Amino acid sequence: MAAETIPAGSTTDGAIQVGQPTDARLGAIASYDVADFPVPHGREEDWRFTPLERLRGLHDGTAEATGGVRVEVSAPEGVTVETVDRTDPRLGKAGKPVDRVAAQAYSSFEKASVVSVAKETVLTEPVRISVHGEGGTAYGHQVVEVGAFAEAVVVIDHTGDATLAANVEYLIGDGAKLTVVSIQDWDDTAVHAAQHTALVGRDATFKSVVVTFGGDLVRLHPRVVYGAPGGEAELYGLYFTDNGQHQEHRLFIDHDTPHCRSNVAYKGALQGKDAHAVWIGDVLIRAAAEGTDTYELNRNLVLTDGARVDSVPNLEIETGEIVGAGHASATGRFEDEQLFYLMARGIPADEARRLVVRGFFAELVQQIGIPELEERLIAKIEAELEASVA
Amino acid sequence: MATLEIHDLHVSVEAEGGPREILRGVDLTVKQGETHAIMGPNGSGKSTLAYSLAGHPKYQVTGGTVTLDGEDVLAMSVDERARAGVFLAMQYPVEVPGVSVSNFLRTSATAIRGEAPKLRTWVKEVKEAMERLSIDPAFAERNVNEGFSGGEKKRHEILQLELLKPRIAILDETDSGLDVDALRVVSEGVNRVRETGEVGTLLITHYTRILRYIKPDQVHVFAAGRIAESGGPELADKLEEEGYEAYVKGGATSE
Repeated sequence: MAAETIPAGSTTDGAIQVGQPTDARLGAIASYDVADFPVPHGREEDWRFTPLERLRGLHDGTAEATGGVRVEVSAPEGVTVETVDRTDPRLGKAGKPVDRVAAQAYSSFEKASVVSVAKETVLTEPVRISVHGEGGTAYGHQVVEVGAFAEAVVVIDHTGDATLAANVEYLIGDGAKLTVVSIQDWDDTAVHAAQHTALVGRDATFKSVVVTFGGDLVRLHPRVVYGAPGGEAELYGLYFTDNGQHQEHRLFIDHDTPHCRSNVAYKGALQGKDAHAVWIGDVLIRAAAEGTDTYELNRNLVLTDGARVDSVPNLEIETGEIVGAGHASATGRFEDEQLFYLMARGIPADEARRLVVRGFFAELVQQIGIPELEERLIAKIEAELEASVA
Repeated sequence: MATLEIHDLHVSVEAEGGPREILRGVDLTVKQGETHAIMGPNGSGKSTLAYSLAGHPKYQVTGGTVTLDGEDVLAMSVDERARAGVFLAMQYPVEVPGVSVSNFLRTSATAIRGEAPKLRTWVKEVKEAMERLSIDPAFAERNVNEGFSGGEKKRHEILQLELLKPRIAILDETDSGLDVDALRVVSEGVNRVRETGEVGTLLITHYTRILRYIKPDQVHVFAAGRIAESGGPELADKLEEEGYEAYVKGGATSE
């Protein structure tokens, strides 16, 4: 990447920027229609970290759908899987698109996939959704609907090469529990921009695990809104950003309802030249949201020179009647002193690096609480490290 | 028998205005089974000697030789030195977030011994070593040095000393910041290792207090980047009474 493509406000050479909070609602257009959004130019708050020229036209209307993204759903009994038209009333219920790419996806998709778990159904096996790119450009729409008191785990796997813009909606019924794991294991050529919007019902629990390893550019926008009091959202994220990759996670939690909880923990490791990770954590506690309890955390571990991180936690509070609200953001380098200490105990440099990275992610991986996934993540982290050592 | 030979060692660090020489010709021979105390005022270069022997990249060796049984230590990387049998117990052990003590100890022992210790005997070995040093078993699951008190860090260093069984142990101000009880526990740990007769010990200290627990064979006074005087244990008694003043006058560096 040439120097002029580094977005304004970014930092270089393994340096770190932690932004000052801005108003989470500023510039907040929300619409199903792409025409309501101006084409971004890169200076907008929402876009200032994103290299627009690598979006392959998803942001300016020039990216024409060619297909070539295969979606397969494998679901256990008790789950209904449908492919529906744009007119299906279940679409768009969780919330509107909030940026031009998401609106473009909403305006352009032809068929949507709806996965429904009937009320009071407790799944013992995960629903697996495979999204495999075969080199084309596509606009997608996915709805996951979990009825009242139902419990489900959904694993969405993104692989292959694609230029994909999508909206994913999670509708979580009263007292229901939904865990969604979205893995971006793309080839290093893929471009993926998506908005994930969860509407959390009364006393419902939503757990999101976002894992991003691949892609040339991945820009995800997980959002949580609460439909009724008592909802709980846990958002975990893990990314490993290599040479030249741009991986951006922009979270927004809209506490507009009393007595809801949210907990965010995203961790990322970076290595290689022009690896760029962006984490934006917006939490808004509106005046009505008394009894809110929220915490968000982002940690980054920079392993080599030439990588950069932009981490911007942003907490806005409009009522004092809350249980708790906090945020933390820190970016550390794998330090020479740590390396020296481990090497002084006989541990070779590459093994020392592995030990530290495994340790950095271990706590988060344990929190995910899905043993099969834990093993896969650890193996993947190892592979990423091997690639860097080689 | 393992012998560490330091000959005419000169070491500099980068400073504003160019390299600054800290060690100015150190000569010292430490043999397996021997204990040498290196004493000296602050800024005399004691810790620089310790870190230079371990290979810290901050310190540039500009002259002299260091050999372990004839092998060129200065040509080895930090981890190679450790595997060759050089151990440095650090004055300020480093926090390594995310790496548990048990994982760290096992990884280290595997590297030093050249093979992974058998799990069953290893668990017992660690448990017993921790008990001897009055280390809470819960420490095994804590992150290396993270949130440890000063005394806990030092005990953790000595735990590693006991488990890794080096041929040359360099203890850099292991006594600093310890209360009497902790000093006793740590000293007992060092003495257990010494009593095997398999380790040559370089005990670097500012105070004579630790020498009540760990009896040196030789005492060296370090001043202005070199050994100013060597003698038997009685030299420590003299320092106890007279302090370092005689050595500081006209020659010590300022740091």
